[in-house]
Amino acid sequence: MDVRAGAAPVVDAGERIEGARFAAWLFVLQRASAAVLALCVLVHLATILYAVRHGLSAQAIVARVHASAVWPAFYALFVVAVAVHAPIGLRAVVGEWLRMRGPLVDALLALAAAGLLVGGLYTVFSLGL
Amino acid sequence: MRHNDLRSRDHAGYWAFVVHRVSGLVLALFLPVHFSVLSRALANPAGLDAFFAWTSQPGVKLAETLLVLALAVHLAGGVRLLFVEFVGWRAEGQKTAIALVAAAAIACALLFALNA
Repeated sequence: MDVRAGAAPVVDAGERIEGARFAAWLFVLQRASAAVLALCVLVHLATILYAVRHGLSAQAIVARVHASAVWPAFYALFVVAVAVHAPIGLRAVVGEWLRMRGPLVDALLALAAAGLLVGGLYTVFSLGL
Repeated sequence: MRHNDLRSRDHAGYWAFVVHRVSGLVLALFLPVHFSVLSRALANPAGLDAFFAWTSQPGVKLAETLLVLALAVHLAGGVRLLFVEFVGWRAEGQKTAIALVAAAAIACALLFALNA
């Protein structure tokens, strides 16, 4: 038993294992999404630099996305990866800098992930269809 | 709570961590705005073109350049982290790797600023 003054409440061992398992899954998801995003962001940056050089216009963006089914598929993958990556990153930031942790924070971040996924896919499909 | 003394911050790796975290935070907060502007404006292309005209103001251009810098530095810094975690960490190469990350990101932001 932990008897240090001010020590954190003793957590059930099963709960601790569950927490560690959850953290391990988040670690894997964060790195896997990072690997996908590395490629997506590289393409996105190249597209941004190409687009600003040739003049940004709504017509040019729509024409580019309509040019091939590869573009909507690419952006859909990009959205899925970012909806996984950003909330896990935010979890580390609010945990370490604001000391906000726990099931409520995780639920809010899951909601943020769902919001990014739905908002992003809606944007891609409103562009691509 | 344990506090490390300031010597732990006098290190390129610490600043790489701060830049990665702040750029990630900026990008995460920008994403909903990005999706919202794109989806609403694409329903009305004239509206998007009016928005692009608004973005030609110097202050907006500067903000866009900083966003491109944030994206590029988060990408390059993230690739460095993936190498550190999955390929291997060698102390002697880290300052060079961090310098390369900074150079690549600044080059991207400059290319954007000069063409935008």
